[in-house]
Amino acid sequence: MKDLLAGKKFVIMGVANKRSIAWGIAQSLHNAGATLIFTYQGERFKKSVEELVETLGQETNYLISCDVTNDEDIEQAFNQIKEQVGTIHGLAHCIAFAKKEELEGEYVNTSREGYALAHDISAYSLVAVSKAAKPLMTEGGSILTMTYLGGERVVTNYNVMGVAKAALDASVRYLAADLGKYNIRVNAISAGPIRTLAAKGIGDFNSIFKVIEEKAPLRRSVDTSDVGDTAAFLMSNMSRGITGEIIHVDAGYNILGLS
Amino acid sequence: MADDILERVKKIIIDRLGVDEAAIVETASFKEDLGADSLDVVELVMELEDEFDMEISDEDAEKITTVGDVVEYIKSRK
Repeated sequence: MKDLLAGKKFVIMGVANKRSIAWGIAQSLHNAGATLIFTYQGERFKKSVEELVETLGQETNYLISCDVTNDEDIEQAFNQIKEQVGTIHGLAHCIAFAKKEELEGEYVNTSREGYALAHDISAYSLVAVSKAAKPLMTEGGSILTMTYLGGERVVTNYNVMGVAKAALDASVRYLAADLGKYNIRVNAISAGPIRTLAAKGIGDFNSIFKVIEEKAPLRRSVDTSDVGDTAAFLMSNMSRGITGEIIHVDAGYNILGLS
Repeated sequence: MADDILERVKKIIIDRLGVDEAAIVETASFKEDLGADSLDVVELVMELEDEFDMEISDEDAEKITTVGDVVEYIKSRK
């Protein structure tokens, strides 16, 4: 696996801390020989991302601020990436947000503002960064985003985030159709629940794991390395025939009906 | 035992919040005295769950606002 991504450059968006799925992806891509460029969301996350990135021991640490709710910021970030590394071969979009109070109780109570915010940050941002990344993917590329079962079926408390993930899933298909002719592939990983900072915002998150460990075909939950290694495959030439797809990395949980 | 808990809690707080050990007194509030934002608090809760091998429910987490609250909570769960 050491040379799978040698000489390739990838943008990783959405590292918050060591538990982030984005960080699991970064570690797998790094182990496969890739060079990584990290974007972080404002000063709040700069220090923790900086500390993590230093542990990789890359020759140069590429760290760029990017607020995905702001078109100018996205443009500026990708201009910087272009200046610093030129061509990129892929992008991992691991970004989502919903108001904490809308990740519990009933979906029917979702506010207009909360609905718009969740969709803006969690779904539209993929469209915006894909557009910005496309000119840098002159040798073709692989765009990857993170989705969840709550976009396909009802998951208690996931609420507006599930609806935003459905929009994200549909965006993956439309983007794949648009960008295929440039040899840019667009896929999503639907990860099983992982104990991240973001996931802790979902009401009663701890109780989910007991269900997964009991019911999932593999009888376990997944971790960020499970997702990271699938990401390395999706970023590599080994997955060259796959686009517009949602790959479940969830110990098989999604196949179950009543069990 | 309680001292040991306090020491382990202190270490986590110093790591996460980058504050001086001297500032970590029992009455110190995470948000008001130690400069934690809401995400810091969630991170602290996760670190505590790992360190003490326990699950802290959302309901319990909301009640924990000071360093002393953390120590008391952990003692009560042991």
